[in-house]
Amino acid sequence: MSVTHDVSVQVHRPASTVERPAARGWPDINNPAAWIVAAILLIMPLIANGFFLIEIFATTLILGTVALSLMFLAGYGGMVSLMQLSIAGFCAYMVAVFGVSGNANISLGWPWWLAVPMALTLAVMFGTLGGALAVRTEGIYTIMITLAIGAAFYYFTNQNWAIFNGHTGINNVSTPRFWGVDWRADIPFYYVVLATAGLCYFAVDYISRAPFGLALQGVRDNPRRMSALGFNVNAHRVAAYAVASFIAGLAGVLQVWNYRQISPGSVSVGACIDILIIAVVGGITRPVGPYIGALVFVLLRTFALDFLVKIGLDGNRFRLLIGLGFLAIVFWSSDGVIGLWQRWRQSQLGEANRQGGGRGHG
Amino acid sequence: MLKCSVGLLALSSLFLSGAAIAQEKIKVGVTATLEGTYTVLGEDGIRGHQTALNVLGKKVGDKELEFIIASTDATPDSAVRAVRKLIEQDKVQILLSPLSGDEGIAVKNFAKTHPELTFINAASGAQETTYVDPAPNFFRYNMDGAQWQVGLGKYAYDEKKYRKIATVGEDYSFIYTQVFGLVLEFCGAGGQVTNRQWVPLGTKDFASVIAALPDDVDAIYLGLGGADAVNFLNQYQQAGGKAHLMGGSIMIDQTILSSKGNAKNALIGTIAASGQADTWEDPGWQKFVKAYQDAFPPNKRFPSPSLLATNYYDSTMALILALRQVNGDLSNNQAKYKEALAKIEIDAPNGKIKLDSNRQAIGTNFVTEVVDDGKGALFSKVVKVIPNVNQTLGYDPAVFAKIGLPSRTVPECKKY
Repeated sequence: MSVTHDVSVQVHRPASTVERPAARGWPDINNPAAWIVAAILLIMPLIANGFFLIEIFATTLILGTVALSLMFLAGYGGMVSLMQLSIAGFCAYMVAVFGVSGNANISLGWPWWLAVPMALTLAVMFGTLGGALAVRTEGIYTIMITLAIGAAFYYFTNQNWAIFNGHTGINNVSTPRFWGVDWRADIPFYYVVLATAGLCYFAVDYISRAPFGLALQGVRDNPRRMSALGFNVNAHRVAAYAVASFIAGLAGVLQVWNYRQISPGSVSVGACIDILIIAVVGGITRPVGPYIGALVFVLLRTFALDFLVKIGLDGNRFRLLIGLGFLAIVFWSSDGVIGLWQRWRQSQLGEANRQGGGRGHG
Repeated sequence: MLKCSVGLLALSSLFLSGAAIAQEKIKVGVTATLEGTYTVLGEDGIRGHQTALNVLGKKVGDKELEFIIASTDATPDSAVRAVRKLIEQDKVQILLSPLSGDEGIAVKNFAKTHPELTFINAASGAQETTYVDPAPNFFRYNMDGAQWQVGLGKYAYDEKKYRKIATVGEDYSFIYTQVFGLVLEFCGAGGQVTNRQWVPLGTKDFASVIAALPDDVDAIYLGLGGADAVNFLNQYQQAGGKAHLMGGSIMIDQTILSSKGNAKNALIGTIAASGQADTWEDPGWQKFVKAYQDAFPPNKRFPSPSLLATNYYDSTMALILALRQVNGDLSNNQAKYKEALAKIEIDAPNGKIKLDSNRQAIGTNFVTEVVDDGKGALFSKVVKVIPNVNQTLGYDPAVFAKIGLPSRTVPECKKY
């Protein structure tokens, strides 16, 4: 699977590069661009109105977090899982089923602080079980088995009325309100999403350098050698699925709070593939990739129709524009937008620094 | 880095300016299913909407109406996303949305989070939308799926002498509502519905469904729409199916009757019921058909407007006429406008329409039969016109409530 073979994240910088300990712990800390992005994200409610804040940025962060869980599996574990959106959707459904919604005959009416941990637990179980099935396979077969799980879940939600309420889905899901704050109001919700996405981002960043993450990357690069060294290869992979499921589950909770409803369209096979597209467009070598990919995706999805109408073309062809955008990005940069960025930076840095700053991508 | 921050500054100022534009016009958001299984339905809906604008004009007093169209794919999520985009990005004040059943339920629920705005249903026909916990700012000027089936059950039993039927329908709220209306009347008259099959919206392979159709029935009722209906008919013809057919409101509709290929010929003689009949001689209807035909070249429209075009026409008409009654006054959370909408009686091409206390249409229904016009085009011919059909289908509201909400198995086949 070329997607995973291209991936080799730089974990150890070459020995010649001298670094301070803090920088080794959190490489972003020395990067002014990271600080600027963080600052802009924090003051976003001051510069963006409700639509841009929620429909563009919060949606980007939610989708980016789902794609982050895929990036974690694909980038560090070499496993391309297409069921990450299904896990997020499952968690969203569970929040609606255990929590309070307009479908009183289905929802159990638990308060959110009980419903959400329950939903997350079940989502992690779902993802881990799926992962346990998938780790017996490699490459394209992993994709197939996880796609099969995603498709089965979609058709199940579409036809099951007892729990998932069929094609109608579950409407009017209530959102948390405490300390006198309506957490679904635009600005508080944005910060909830931002905090969750930030947490997931740093968690993945940390894990990638922690012993577990290093072992996982070892498993990705050479499972036989890792196994000879005494690592349990499959256990590491299943554990990676569990971590990824938790991240996807968190995004699922945010997703259902965002729209206050969940229905099978949100977990369709097309939507599962969208997550792969987001991850690939952004680049699956670093945790920031999925978020960049999600931003590109959300912008295209939201504005392609308006753009076509504005330049006098048939608005119905907006999917074409989205497809062309993705083709262009993938064609010119097989490792996504962050690959483009890195190459641009390298050309700026010139020959002298190339040895030290070069990231090992194909 | 400097370049980067300057770019971001420019971007952010763009967002700000977007928010600050003052509203000179009255903005109306429209959604239609321009993607997925129901694409042709959505496209014709928009044609109906355009026809209404051609006939009525876009001026209300000294204000001009501006319409912004967003696309959905018949799933509730896509509808909520589109409506949210229209409200938050385009700042629309009135919504004409949505087209499909489950979309309607989701948008109705969403409407409650924006009590200050007005939502006018474009064409969706699930019963639950206005029957269960209706939103005070959601108005529906088309009848629901069950109302659109009024007359069909009796006609099938009394005139066609069908005694046993089976149904095949798409597995979602609108078709449940249609089958609900059919079963209530047909079983009430003494008929039997022996088998109800449900297929997911967007099904392409009907082989197993066709194989499972019972042989010992007098007719098979089809509650399918858009691409699903065409796929079913093609495969049914290839499988050599010969049974009598009955059709739901979007099955026996120009969206299917004017599809390419000859699979649709299986529908000649099929009886159906709907909120319209293609060949009705009422002058208002004929005028509407003419306006529709004049508005678009023949290859860009159906020979005669589909039910969706009619629904979009009617809802656009109610939207504009009520707005003219209040002279475009949308102050005080659109209170006056909402009042006018609740009271207005429109002289729609498919019969007079007024609203009940749930803001659900009471209108005219048509039992039809499919005929060939001799030139290969199929039309639905009026058999019977039934005026004043209300949401409880003439039942006492208390009795009606006991039947339960439409679902795969509700109502039971018995006399209520």
